[in-house]
Amino acid sequence: MSDMDMEDDGAGVVKKFMFLNRKAPHGTVYALEGLEVVLITAAFDQDVSMVFTDDGVYQLLKGIDSKGIEVKDFSKTYRALEGYDIEKLYVDQASMDARGLTEDDLIVDVTVLYVSEMANLMDEQDVVISF
Amino acid sequence: MPMVDIAGKEYEVDEEGYLVDLSQWNEDVAKYMAVEEKVDLTESHWEVVNFLREYYAEYQIAPAVRVLTKAIGKKLGPDKGNNKYLYELFPYGPAKQACKIAGLPKPTGCI
Repeated sequence: MSDMDMEDDGAGVVKKFMFLNRKAPHGTVYALEGLEVVLITAAFDQDVSMVFTDDGVYQLLKGIDSKGIEVKDFSKTYRALEGYDIEKLYVDQASMDARGLTEDDLIVDVTVLYVSEMANLMDEQDVVISF
Repeated sequence: MPMVDIAGKEYEVDEEGYLVDLSQWNEDVAKYMAVEEKVDLTESHWEVVNFLREYYAEYQIAPAVRVLTKAIGKKLGPDKGNNKYLYELFPYGPAKQACKIAGLPKPTGCI
């Protein structure tokens, strides 16, 4: 990681970070800001997972066209995550069902989890950050 | 924001000199930015610059240097996908300088 002298047990510690995305991609800055934080976190070699739940599942929708609202469409950027070694992407089954979505509607490969599985995954984390 | 005159045309740039509207980019802009960055553009530089433009078109972001290095290695081979090669071309940071010349914003997570 760094060649600077780190405080004794601070060096090389890998924590489990979960980024929880709950909001639709546009209308607020949460989705874009959350994505940028994830990309920056990737530089620190941590164990990162991303979860998409509630309206957050819309962030991964294929074929988003944001021209009409004159904002940048950043949905393609989720495809870059793999290059940043962020490969743990999860979506909530109930949120998908409620919106009539399936994995085929999404721009990246994800793992679909039931609420109970999601709860276990969340329980394993050191840090959960919600956007 | 500041405006610069490049080959008789006005372009808007940010405080650090990055092109604001990337659709305005052309070779004249690249050459101007390269002079600003004190980079003498060769075929090898263009290869990286064009790679970055393709990366941006596909992912809508400028990659962090680590990601750029890896992606270049995949596409152009290990001889080019390493820090030594890229820093020789762009001594003040391949992501930062090459992105500027390519008309892209400064990379996210550029540390």
